[in-house]
Amino acid sequence: MIEFQQVYKTYRVAGRDIPALQPTTLDIQGGQVFGLIGHSGAGKSTLLRLINRLEEPSGGRIVIDGTDVTALDADGLRRFRQRVGMIFQHFNLLASKTVADNVAMPLRLAGELSAAEIDARVAELLARVGLGDHAKKYPAQLSGGQKQRVGIARALATRPKILLCDEATSALDPQTTGQVLQLLAEINRELGLTIVLITHEMDVIRRVCDRVAVMDGGVIVEQGPVADVFLHPQHPTTRRFVLEAEHVDEDEQHDDFAHVPGRILRLTFRGEATYAPLLGTIARDTGVDYSILAGRIDRIKETPYGQLTLALVGGDVESALIRLNAADVHVEVLR
Amino acid sequence: MEALFTHVDWYEIWLATLDTLLMLGGSLLFTVILGLPLGVLLFLTGPRQLFEQKALYGLLSLLVNVLRSLPFIILLIVMIPFTVLLTGTSLGVAGAIPPLVVGATPFFARLVETALREVDRGIIEATQAMGATTRQIIWNALLPEARPGIFAAVTVTAITLVSYTAMAGVVGAGGLGDLAIRFGYQRFQTDVMVVTVVLLLVLVQILQTVGDKLVVHFSRK
Repeated sequence: MIEFQQVYKTYRVAGRDIPALQPTTLDIQGGQVFGLIGHSGAGKSTLLRLINRLEEPSGGRIVIDGTDVTALDADGLRRFRQRVGMIFQHFNLLASKTVADNVAMPLRLAGELSAAEIDARVAELLARVGLGDHAKKYPAQLSGGQKQRVGIARALATRPKILLCDEATSALDPQTTGQVLQLLAEINRELGLTIVLITHEMDVIRRVCDRVAVMDGGVIVEQGPVADVFLHPQHPTTRRFVLEAEHVDEDEQHDDFAHVPGRILRLTFRGEATYAPLLGTIARDTGVDYSILAGRIDRIKETPYGQLTLALVGGDVESALIRLNAADVHVEVLR
Repeated sequence: MEALFTHVDWYEIWLATLDTLLMLGGSLLFTVILGLPLGVLLFLTGPRQLFEQKALYGLLSLLVNVLRSLPFIILLIVMIPFTVLLTGTSLGVAGAIPPLVVGATPFFARLVETALREVDRGIIEATQAMGATTRQIIWNALLPEARPGIFAAVTVTAITLVSYTAMAGVVGAGGLGDLAIRFGYQRFQTDVMVVTVVLLLVLVQILQTVGDKLVVHFSRK
Protein backbone atom coordinates (compact mmCIF):
# COMPACT_ATOMS: atom_id res chain seq x y z
CA MET A 1 0.00 0.00 0.00
CA ILE A 2 2.66 2.52 1.05
CA GLU A 3 6.18 1.66 -0.07
CA PHE A 4 9.31 3.63 0.69
CA GLN A 5 12.23 2.72 -1.57
CA GLN A 6 15.53 4.15 -0.36
CA VAL A 7 13.84 7.43 0.55
CA TYR A 8 15.94 10.03 2.30
CA LYS A 9 15.62 13.66 3.28
CA THR A 10 18.24 16.26 4.08
CA TYR A 11 17.66 19.87 5.06
CA ARG A 12 20.04 22.61 4.05
CA VAL A 13 20.69 24.79 7.06
CA ALA A 14 23.26 27.60 6.88
CA GLY A 15 25.04 25.98 3.92
CA ARG A 16 25.28 22.53 5.51
CA ASP A 17 23.21 19.43 4.79
CA ILE A 18 21.48 18.11 7.89
CA PRO A 19 20.07 14.59 7.43
CA ALA A 20 16.52 14.23 8.77
CA LEU A 21 15.84 10.78 7.34
CA GLN A 22 18.54 8.29 6.33
CA PRO A 23 17.81 6.14 3.26
CA THR A 24 14.78 4.15 4.36
CA THR A 25 12.93 1.21 2.85
CA LEU A 26 9.54 0.49 4.37
CA ASP A 27 6.37 -1.32 3.39
CA ILE A 28 3.09 -0.46 5.08
CA GLN A 29 0.31 -2.93 4.34
CA GLY A 30 -3.17 -1.73 3.43
CA GLY A 31 -5.82 -1.76 6.16
CA GLN A 32 -3.45 -1.80 9.09
CA VAL A 33 -2.67 0.74 11.78
CA PHE A 34 1.02 1.45 11.48
CA GLY A 35 2.74 3.29 14.33
CA LEU A 36 5.98 5.24 14.17
CA ILE A 37 7.50 5.97 17.54
CA GLY A 38 10.51 8.12 18.33
CA HIS A 39 11.65 11.08 20.36
CA SER A 40 11.42 14.57 18.85
CA GLY A 41 14.01 14.93 16.11
CA ALA A 42 14.04 11.19 15.40
CA GLY A 43 12.69 11.78 11.88
CA LYS A 44 9.19 10.38 12.37
CA SER A 45 7.44 13.63 11.52
CA THR A 46 9.55 13.96 8.35
CA LEU A 47 8.71 10.39 7.35
CA LEU A 48 4.98 11.01 7.86
CA ARG A 49 5.02 14.24 5.82
CA LEU A 50 6.88 12.56 2.97
CA ILE A 51 3.83 10.34 2.41
CA ASN A 52 1.65 13.26 1.21
CA ARG A 53 4.69 15.28 0.15
CA LEU A 54 4.24 18.09 2.65
CA GLU A 55 7.98 17.40 2.72
CA GLU A 56 9.71 16.77 -0.60
CA PRO A 57 12.08 13.79 -0.52
CA SER A 58 15.73 14.48 -1.34
CA GLY A 59 15.89 11.11 -3.07
CA GLY A 60 14.27 7.71 -3.43
CA ARG A 61 10.79 6.64 -4.50
CA ILE A 62 7.49 6.52 -2.61
CA VAL A 63 4.93 4.24 -4.24
CA ILE A 64 1.38 4.35 -2.92
CA ASP A 65 -1.25 1.99 -4.30
CA GLY A 66 0.91 1.46 -7.39
CA THR A 67 1.42 5.19 -8.05
CA ASP A 68 4.87 6.74 -7.76
CA VAL A 69 3.87 9.84 -5.80
CA THR A 70 7.38 11.27 -6.01
CA ALA A 71 6.81 11.66 -9.76
CA LEU A 72 3.41 13.44 -9.57
CA ASP A 73 3.10 16.95 -11.03
CA ALA A 74 1.38 19.75 -9.09
CA ASP A 75 -2.08 18.84 -10.35
CA GLY A 76 -1.62 15.10 -9.77
CA LEU A 77 -0.28 15.81 -6.29
CA ARG A 78 -3.37 17.85 -5.41
CA ARG A 79 -5.70 15.07 -6.54
CA PHE A 80 -3.61 12.52 -4.63
CA ARG A 81 -3.73 14.65 -1.46
CA GLN A 82 -7.53 14.75 -1.69
CA ARG A 83 -7.41 10.99 -1.15
CA VAL A 84 -5.20 11.18 1.94
CA GLY A 85 -6.63 12.49 5.21
CA MET A 86 -4.48 14.07 7.89
CA ILE A 87 -4.99 15.04 11.52
CA PHE A 88 -2.67 17.12 13.66
CA GLN A 89 -1.44 17.53 17.22
CA HIS A 90 -2.91 21.04 17.47
CA PHE A 91 -5.96 20.15 15.32
CA ASN A 92 -5.31 23.00 12.82
CA LEU A 93 -8.99 23.86 12.48
CA LEU A 94 -9.95 27.22 10.98
CA ALA A 95 -11.07 29.47 13.84
CA SER A 96 -13.05 31.61 11.40
CA LYS A 97 -15.28 28.76 10.21
CA THR A 98 -17.98 26.77 12.00
CA VAL A 99 -17.53 23.08 12.75
CA ALA A 100 -19.69 22.19 9.72
CA ASP A 101 -17.73 24.54 7.43
CA ASN A 102 -14.43 23.08 8.65
CA VAL A 103 -15.60 19.57 7.83
CA ALA A 104 -17.00 20.72 4.46
CA MET A 105 -13.76 22.45 3.49
CA PRO A 106 -11.96 19.54 1.74
CA LEU A 107 -15.16 18.80 -0.20
CA ARG A 108 -15.58 22.44 -1.28
CA LEU A 109 -11.92 22.64 -2.31
CA ALA A 110 -12.24 19.46 -4.37
CA GLY A 111 -15.35 20.91 -6.02
CA GLU A 112 -16.81 17.54 -7.02
CA LEU A 113 -20.05 17.55 -5.01
CA SER A 114 -23.09 19.84 -5.06
CA ALA A 115 -23.90 22.00 -2.04
CA ALA A 116 -26.73 19.66 -1.01
CA GLU A 117 -24.47 16.59 -1.29
CA ILE A 118 -21.82 18.33 0.82
CA ASP A 119 -24.39 19.20 3.52
CA ALA A 120 -25.55 15.58 3.67
CA ARG A 121 -21.99 14.25 3.83
CA VAL A 122 -21.05 16.73 6.60
CA ALA A 123 -24.08 15.71 8.68
CA GLU A 124 -23.15 12.04 8.24
CA LEU A 125 -19.51 12.69 9.26
CA LEU A 126 -20.44 14.74 12.32
CA ALA A 127 -22.85 12.01 13.43
CA ARG A 128 -20.07 9.42 13.06
CA VAL A 129 -17.71 11.34 15.36
CA GLY A 130 -20.54 12.13 17.80
CA LEU A 131 -20.71 15.88 17.19
CA GLY A 132 -24.08 16.13 15.43
CA ASP A 133 -25.25 18.85 17.83
CA HIS A 134 -22.19 21.04 17.42
CA ALA A 135 -22.35 21.81 13.67
CA LYS A 136 -22.99 25.55 14.12
CA LYS A 137 -20.37 26.12 16.82
CA TYR A 138 -16.93 27.60 16.28
CA PRO A 139 -13.80 25.60 17.22
CA ALA A 140 -13.03 27.95 20.13
CA GLN A 141 -16.25 26.76 21.80
CA LEU A 142 -15.14 23.10 21.82
CA SER A 143 -12.91 21.03 24.13
CA GLY A 144 -9.64 19.54 22.88
CA GLY A 145 -11.16 16.11 22.34
CA GLN A 146 -14.09 17.58 20.41
CA LYS A 147 -11.69 19.60 18.24
CA GLN A 148 -9.79 16.44 17.35
CA ARG A 149 -13.08 14.74 16.46
CA VAL A 150 -13.79 17.63 14.08
CA GLY A 151 -10.28 17.10 12.70
CA ILE A 152 -11.04 13.43 12.14
CA ALA A 153 -14.39 14.19 10.47
CA ARG A 154 -12.65 16.70 8.20
CA ALA A 155 -9.90 14.20 7.34
CA LEU A 156 -12.48 11.57 6.39
CA ALA A 157 -14.65 13.92 4.29
CA THR A 158 -13.24 12.93 0.90
CA ARG A 159 -13.37 9.19 1.72
CA PRO A 160 -9.58 8.77 1.78
CA LYS A 161 -7.85 5.39 1.79
CA ILE A 162 -5.07 6.60 4.06
CA LEU A 163 -5.23 8.61 7.28
CA LEU A 164 -2.05 10.27 8.57
CA CYS A 165 -2.01 11.13 12.29
CA ASP A 166 0.62 13.60 13.45
CA GLU A 167 0.84 13.22 17.26
CA ALA A 168 -2.96 13.32 17.23
CA THR A 169 -3.37 12.70 20.96
CA SER A 170 -0.29 14.44 22.36
CA ALA A 171 -2.21 17.59 23.31
CA LEU A 172 -5.07 15.67 24.99
CA ASP A 173 -5.60 14.42 28.54
CA PRO A 174 -5.45 10.64 29.19
CA GLN A 175 -9.22 10.09 29.16
CA THR A 176 -9.75 12.03 25.94
CA THR A 177 -6.74 10.28 24.42
CA GLY A 178 -8.48 6.97 25.07
CA GLN A 179 -11.67 8.13 23.36
CA VAL A 180 -9.85 9.47 20.30
CA LEU A 181 -7.77 6.28 19.97
CA GLN A 182 -10.95 4.23 20.22
CA LEU A 183 -12.49 6.29 17.43
CA LEU A 184 -9.40 5.74 15.26
CA ALA A 185 -9.53 1.98 15.85
CA GLU A 186 -13.24 1.98 14.99
CA ILE A 187 -12.61 3.87 11.74
CA ASN A 188 -9.79 1.48 10.81
CA ARG A 189 -12.05 -1.51 11.43
CA GLU A 190 -15.23 -0.23 9.80
CA LEU A 191 -13.82 1.66 6.82
CA GLY A 192 -10.77 -0.51 6.21
CA LEU A 193 -8.69 2.66 6.24
CA THR A 194 -4.90 2.44 6.44
CA ILE A 195 -3.71 4.57 9.35
CA VAL A 196 -0.15 5.80 9.80
CA LEU A 197 0.38 7.50 13.14
CA ILE A 198 3.38 9.01 14.83
CA THR A 199 3.73 9.36 18.58
CA HIS A 200 6.27 9.46 21.37
CA GLU A 201 4.08 7.38 23.69
CA MET A 202 4.39 3.59 23.64
CA ASP A 203 0.94 3.38 25.21
CA VAL A 204 -0.65 4.84 22.04
CA ILE A 205 1.15 2.18 19.97
CA ARG A 206 0.04 -0.58 22.35
CA ARG A 207 -3.60 0.43 22.21
CA VAL A 208 -4.26 0.84 18.49
CA CYS A 209 -1.37 -0.26 16.27
CA ASP A 210 -0.87 -3.53 14.41
CA ARG A 211 2.73 -2.85 13.47
CA VAL A 212 5.28 -0.45 14.83
CA ALA A 213 8.56 1.04 13.66
CA VAL A 214 10.92 2.58 16.20
CA MET A 215 12.96 5.54 14.97
CA ASP A 216 16.13 7.09 16.30
CA GLY A 217 18.46 9.55 14.58
CA GLY A 218 16.63 9.40 11.23
CA VAL A 219 16.82 5.60 11.09
CA ILE A 220 14.21 2.88 11.70
CA VAL A 221 16.04 0.84 14.33
CA GLU A 222 13.43 -1.84 14.85
CA GLN A 223 10.07 -2.79 13.40
CA GLY A 224 7.56 -5.60 13.57
CA PRO A 225 4.16 -6.61 14.94
CA VAL A 226 3.40 -4.56 18.05
CA ALA A 227 3.24 -7.58 20.39
CA ASP A 228 6.71 -8.79 19.32
CA VAL A 229 8.33 -5.39 19.59
CA PHE A 230 6.53 -4.54 22.82
CA LEU A 231 7.16 -7.81 24.66
CA HIS A 232 10.63 -8.59 23.30
CA PRO A 233 12.29 -5.29 22.43
CA GLN A 234 15.72 -5.76 20.82
CA HIS A 235 17.11 -2.27 20.30
CA PRO A 236 18.10 -0.11 23.32
CA THR A 237 15.81 2.73 22.12
CA THR A 238 12.85 0.36 21.97
CA ARG A 239 13.65 -1.01 25.44
CA ARG A 240 13.68 2.54 26.81
CA PHE A 241 10.25 3.26 25.30
CA VAL A 242 8.78 0.04 26.71
CA LEU A 243 10.20 0.58 30.17
CA GLU A 244 8.99 4.19 30.17
CA ALA A 245 5.51 2.98 29.28
CA GLU A 246 5.54 0.51 32.16
CA HIS A 247 7.12 2.93 34.61
CA VAL A 248 9.88 0.43 35.36
CA ASP A 249 13.37 1.42 36.41
CA GLU A 250 15.63 -1.54 35.53
CA ASP A 251 18.46 -0.59 37.89
CA GLU A 252 16.11 -0.16 40.82
CA GLN A 253 14.51 -3.52 40.05
CA HIS A 254 17.91 -5.22 39.87
CA ASP A 255 18.80 -3.92 43.34
CA ASP A 256 15.44 -5.02 44.75
CA PHE A 257 15.86 -8.56 43.45
CA ALA A 258 19.46 -8.93 44.75
CA HIS A 259 18.42 -10.35 48.11
CA VAL A 260 15.72 -12.67 46.72
CA PRO A 261 16.78 -16.36 46.87
CA GLY A 262 16.33 -18.90 44.06
CA ARG A 263 16.16 -18.62 40.28
CA ILE A 264 14.59 -15.54 38.73
CA LEU A 265 12.61 -15.88 35.51
CA ARG A 266 10.53 -13.62 33.32
CA LEU A 267 7.52 -15.29 31.71
CA THR A 268 5.63 -13.75 28.83
CA PHE A 269 2.15 -15.07 28.01
CA ARG A 270 0.20 -14.12 24.94
CA GLY A 271 -3.40 -14.68 23.88
CA GLU A 272 -5.41 -17.37 25.63
CA ALA A 273 -2.31 -18.68 27.47
CA THR A 274 -2.57 -15.53 29.60
CA TYR A 275 -5.57 -16.99 31.37
CA ALA A 276 -4.38 -20.63 31.68
CA PRO A 277 -3.67 -21.91 35.26
CA LEU A 278 -0.12 -22.90 34.26
CA LEU A 279 1.91 -21.74 37.27
CA GLY A 280 -0.19 -23.48 39.88
CA THR A 281 -0.14 -26.79 38.02
CA ILE A 282 3.62 -26.82 37.52
CA ALA A 283 4.27 -25.75 41.12
CA ARG A 284 2.14 -28.65 42.42
CA ASP A 285 3.74 -31.24 40.10
CA THR A 286 7.38 -30.26 40.70
CA GLY A 287 7.18 -29.10 44.29
CA VAL A 288 8.72 -25.67 43.59
CA ASP A 289 7.55 -22.59 45.38
CA TYR A 290 7.26 -19.37 43.50
CA SER A 291 6.89 -15.75 44.44
CA ILE A 292 5.84 -13.04 42.03
CA LEU A 293 8.33 -10.15 42.03
CA ALA A 294 6.78 -8.02 39.33
CA GLY A 295 3.99 -8.43 36.86
CA ARG A 296 1.49 -6.95 34.50
CA ILE A 297 -1.53 -8.31 32.69
CA ASP A 298 -2.93 -6.10 29.97
CA ARG A 299 -3.93 -5.99 26.31
CA ILE A 300 -2.08 -5.11 23.15
CA LYS A 301 -4.86 -3.87 20.88
CA GLU A 302 -7.25 -6.87 21.22
CA THR A 303 -4.67 -9.45 22.37
CA PRO A 304 -4.34 -10.13 26.11
CA TYR A 305 -0.82 -10.59 27.40
CA GLY A 306 0.91 -11.10 30.71
CA GLN A 307 4.46 -10.60 31.81
CA LEU A 308 5.54 -11.95 35.21
CA THR A 309 8.89 -11.91 36.96
CA LEU A 310 9.13 -14.88 39.33
CA ALA A 311 11.54 -16.32 41.85
CA LEU A 312 11.54 -20.15 42.04
CA VAL A 313 12.76 -21.87 45.22
CA GLY A 314 12.85 -25.48 46.50
CA GLY A 315 11.54 -28.61 44.75
CA ASP A 316 12.69 -29.66 41.30
CA VAL A 317 13.51 -26.30 39.69
CA GLU A 318 15.08 -27.87 36.59
CA SER A 319 12.03 -29.89 35.63
CA ALA A 320 9.82 -26.84 36.34
CA LEU A 321 11.91 -24.95 33.81
CA ILE A 322 11.52 -27.76 31.28
CA ARG A 323 7.76 -27.78 31.81
CA LEU A 324 7.56 -24.00 31.38
CA ASN A 325 9.67 -24.10 28.24
CA ALA A 326 7.38 -26.74 26.78
CA ALA A 327 4.28 -24.67 27.52
CA ASP A 328 2.88 -21.82 25.47
CA VAL A 329 4.95 -19.16 27.23
CA HIS A 330 8.15 -17.35 26.52
CA VAL A 331 10.72 -17.92 29.28
CA GLU A 332 13.74 -15.75 30.01
CA VAL A 333 16.06 -16.83 32.82
CA LEU A 334 17.28 -13.64 34.42
CA ARG A 335 19.44 -15.31 37.13
CA MET B 1 -24.07 79.66 22.74
CA GLU B 2 -23.98 82.33 20.00
CA ALA B 3 -21.59 84.43 22.08
CA LEU B 4 -19.31 81.47 22.65
CA PHE B 5 -18.95 80.53 18.96
CA THR B 6 -19.02 83.97 17.31
CA HIS B 7 -16.67 83.02 14.46
CA VAL B 8 -18.14 79.66 13.74
CA ASP B 9 -19.93 79.42 10.41
CA TRP B 10 -21.79 76.15 10.81
CA TYR B 11 -22.40 75.83 7.07
CA GLU B 12 -18.62 76.05 6.49
CA ILE B 13 -18.12 73.41 9.17
CA TRP B 14 -20.67 71.16 7.48
CA LEU B 15 -18.94 71.52 4.06
CA ALA B 16 -15.55 70.87 5.64
CA THR B 17 -16.87 67.76 7.40
CA LEU B 18 -18.23 66.49 4.07
CA ASP B 19 -14.85 67.11 2.41
CA THR B 20 -13.05 65.20 5.16
CA LEU B 21 -15.48 62.28 4.88
CA LEU B 22 -15.16 62.23 1.08
CA MET B 23 -11.37 62.23 1.23
CA LEU B 24 -11.38 59.58 3.92
CA GLY B 25 -13.88 57.31 2.17
CA GLY B 26 -12.30 57.64 -1.28
CA SER B 27 -8.73 57.18 -0.15
CA LEU B 28 -9.58 54.32 2.24
CA LEU B 29 -11.39 52.46 -0.55
CA PHE B 30 -8.44 52.69 -2.96
CA THR B 31 -5.91 52.00 -0.18
CA VAL B 32 -7.65 48.72 0.63
CA ILE B 33 -8.05 47.77 -3.05
CA LEU B 34 -4.33 48.34 -3.71
CA GLY B 35 -2.89 47.52 -0.29
CA LEU B 36 -4.56 44.17 0.30
CA PRO B 37 -3.01 42.44 -2.75
CA LEU B 38 0.32 44.15 -2.03
CA GLY B 39 0.20 42.86 1.55
CA VAL B 40 -0.64 39.35 0.36
CA LEU B 41 2.24 39.50 -2.13
CA LEU B 42 4.63 40.72 0.59
CA PHE B 43 3.52 37.83 2.79
CA LEU B 44 3.75 35.13 0.11
CA THR B 45 7.18 36.18 -1.18
CA GLY B 46 8.56 36.72 2.31
CA PRO B 47 11.18 34.57 4.04
CA ARG B 48 10.15 30.90 4.49
CA GLN B 49 6.68 31.46 2.98
CA LEU B 50 4.71 29.72 0.24
CA PHE B 51 6.34 31.61 -2.65
CA GLU B 52 9.63 32.70 -1.18
CA GLN B 53 11.20 35.10 -3.70
CA LYS B 54 14.15 36.90 -2.16
CA ALA B 55 14.61 39.44 -4.99
CA LEU B 56 10.94 40.37 -5.41
CA TYR B 57 10.37 40.58 -1.66
CA GLY B 58 13.47 42.77 -1.30
CA LEU B 59 12.26 45.10 -4.04
CA LEU B 60 8.70 45.40 -2.71
CA SER B 61 9.99 45.83 0.80
CA LEU B 62 12.33 48.63 -0.29
CA LEU B 63 9.52 50.41 -2.18
CA VAL B 64 7.24 50.20 0.84
CA ASN B 65 9.96 51.44 3.18
CA VAL B 66 10.86 54.40 0.91
CA LEU B 67 7.22 55.50 0.63
CA ARG B 68 6.67 55.07 4.35
CA SER B 69 9.73 57.12 5.32
CA LEU B 70 8.64 60.07 3.14
CA PRO B 71 6.78 62.70 5.22
CA PHE B 72 3.24 63.01 3.89
CA ILE B 73 3.49 66.76 3.38
CA ILE B 74 6.45 66.20 1.00
CA LEU B 75 4.66 63.33 -0.79
CA LEU B 76 1.68 65.61 -1.32
CA ILE B 77 3.83 68.08 -3.29
CA VAL B 78 6.09 65.56 -5.08
CA MET B 79 2.97 63.76 -6.30
CA ILE B 80 1.39 66.85 -7.98
CA PRO B 81 2.35 66.01 -11.63
CA PHE B 82 1.20 62.42 -11.20
CA THR B 83 -2.04 63.54 -9.53
CA VAL B 84 -2.81 65.88 -12.43
CA LEU B 85 -2.19 63.03 -14.85
CA LEU B 86 -4.55 60.80 -12.90
CA THR B 87 -7.44 63.12 -11.96
CA GLY B 88 -6.93 66.15 -14.20
CA THR B 89 -6.41 68.41 -11.20
CA SER B 90 -4.08 68.78 -8.26
CA LEU B 91 -6.66 70.70 -6.27
CA GLY B 92 -9.61 69.87 -4.09
CA VAL B 93 -10.81 66.51 -2.85
CA ALA B 94 -9.95 64.79 -6.17
CA GLY B 95 -6.42 66.23 -6.00
CA ALA B 96 -5.94 64.97 -2.46
CA ILE B 97 -7.01 61.36 -2.92
CA PRO B 98 -4.04 60.06 -5.00
CA PRO B 99 -1.38 61.28 -2.54
CA LEU B 100 -3.48 60.01 0.38
CA VAL B 101 -3.67 56.57 -1.27
CA VAL B 102 0.04 56.50 -2.10
CA GLY B 103 0.83 57.57 1.44
CA ALA B 104 -1.42 55.02 3.15
CA THR B 105 -1.10 51.96 0.88
CA PRO B 106 2.45 50.91 1.92
CA PHE B 107 1.50 51.36 5.57
CA PHE B 108 -1.67 49.26 5.15
CA ALA B 109 0.17 46.60 3.11
CA ARG B 110 2.70 46.13 5.94
CA LEU B 111 -0.13 45.74 8.45
CA VAL B 112 -1.80 43.14 6.19
CA GLU B 113 1.51 41.25 5.87
CA THR B 114 1.80 41.19 9.67
CA ALA B 115 -1.82 40.02 10.06
CA LEU B 116 -1.20 37.15 7.61
CA ARG B 117 1.97 36.12 9.44
CA GLU B 118 -0.11 35.74 12.58
CA VAL B 119 -2.03 32.89 10.93
CA ASP B 120 -0.84 29.58 12.35
CA ARG B 121 1.42 27.71 9.88
CA GLY B 122 -0.47 24.56 10.82
CA ILE B 123 -3.59 25.99 9.16
CA ILE B 124 -1.69 26.43 5.89
CA GLU B 125 -0.24 22.93 6.21
CA ALA B 126 -3.69 21.42 6.86
CA THR B 127 -5.13 23.23 3.84
CA GLN B 128 -2.22 22.04 1.67
CA ALA B 129 -2.82 18.50 2.90
CA MET B 130 -6.43 18.77 1.64
CA GLY B 131 -5.05 19.29 -1.87
CA ALA B 132 -5.77 23.02 -2.09
CA THR B 133 -4.25 25.20 -4.81
CA THR B 134 -2.29 28.25 -3.71
CA ARG B 135 -5.23 30.45 -4.75
CA GLN B 136 -7.55 28.34 -2.58
CA ILE B 137 -5.14 28.55 0.34
CA ILE B 138 -5.21 32.35 0.10
CA TRP B 139 -8.99 32.74 -0.34
CA ASN B 140 -10.29 29.87 1.79
CA ALA B 141 -7.79 29.79 4.62
CA LEU B 142 -5.38 32.72 4.89
CA LEU B 143 -7.74 35.65 4.34
CA PRO B 144 -10.65 34.30 6.47
CA GLU B 145 -8.25 33.43 9.31
CA ALA B 146 -6.53 36.84 9.13
CA ARG B 147 -9.85 38.72 8.92
CA PRO B 148 -9.77 40.13 12.49
CA GLY B 149 -6.20 41.35 11.92
CA ILE B 150 -7.13 42.85 8.56
CA PHE B 151 -10.08 44.74 10.08
CA ALA B 152 -7.75 46.06 12.77
CA ALA B 153 -5.37 47.16 9.99
CA VAL B 154 -8.19 48.97 8.15
CA THR B 155 -9.14 50.76 11.38
CA VAL B 156 -5.60 51.95 12.10
CA THR B 157 -5.19 53.01 8.46
CA ALA B 158 -8.48 54.96 8.47
CA ILE B 159 -7.40 56.87 11.56
CA THR B 160 -3.99 57.60 10.03
CA LEU B 161 -5.81 58.87 6.93
CA VAL B 162 -7.88 61.27 9.08
CA SER B 163 -4.68 62.93 10.26
CA TYR B 164 -3.28 62.95 6.68
CA THR B 165 -6.42 64.73 5.42
CA ALA B 166 -5.64 67.59 7.80
CA MET B 167 -2.51 68.26 5.71
CA ALA B 168 -4.35 67.99 2.42
CA GLY B 169 -5.35 71.63 2.88
CA VAL B 170 -1.98 72.43 1.32
CA VAL B 171 -3.39 71.44 -2.09
CA GLY B 172 -6.66 73.21 -1.38
CA ALA B 173 -8.54 70.05 -0.58
CA GLY B 174 -10.44 71.63 2.26
CA GLY B 175 -11.70 69.53 5.12
CA LEU B 176 -11.76 70.01 8.88
CA GLY B 177 -7.98 70.13 9.33
CA ASP B 178 -7.70 72.85 6.69
CA LEU B 179 -10.43 74.85 8.43
CA ALA B 180 -8.62 74.53 11.74
CA ILE B 181 -5.37 75.87 10.26
CA ARG B 182 -6.83 78.69 8.14
CA PHE B 183 -9.35 80.04 10.64
CA GLY B 184 -8.49 78.58 14.00
CA TYR B 185 -4.73 79.14 13.79
CA GLN B 186 -4.02 81.84 11.21
CA ARG B 187 -6.95 84.09 12.21
CA PHE B 188 -6.82 83.30 15.93
CA GLN B 189 -10.42 82.04 15.89
CA THR B 190 -10.04 79.68 18.82
CA ASP B 191 -13.72 78.70 18.74
CA VAL B 192 -13.33 77.36 15.18
CA MET B 193 -10.27 75.45 16.30
CA VAL B 194 -12.18 73.88 19.21
CA VAL B 195 -15.13 72.85 17.05
CA THR B 196 -12.98 71.24 14.33
CA VAL B 197 -10.79 69.42 16.83
CA VAL B 198 -13.85 68.08 18.65
CA LEU B 199 -15.36 66.90 15.33
CA LEU B 200 -12.10 65.14 14.34
CA LEU B 201 -12.00 63.51 17.75
CA VAL B 202 -15.56 62.25 17.37
CA LEU B 203 -14.73 60.90 13.89
CA VAL B 204 -11.68 59.01 15.16
CA GLN B 205 -13.69 57.68 18.09
CA ILE B 206 -16.43 56.37 15.78
CA LEU B 207 -13.88 54.70 13.46
CA GLN B 208 -12.11 52.99 16.36
CA THR B 209 -15.34 51.75 17.93
CA VAL B 210 -16.73 50.35 14.68
CA GLY B 211 -13.34 48.76 13.88
CA ASP B 212 -13.07 47.16 17.32
CA LYS B 213 -16.60 45.77 17.02
CA LEU B 214 -15.77 44.14 13.66
CA VAL B 215 -12.53 42.66 15.03
CA VAL B 216 -14.35 41.14 18.00
CA HIS B 217 -17.17 39.86 15.80
CA PHE B 218 -14.80 38.03 13.45
CA SER B 219 -12.46 36.73 16.14
CA ARG B 220 -14.89 33.89 16.99
CA LYS B 221 -13.30 33.46 20.38
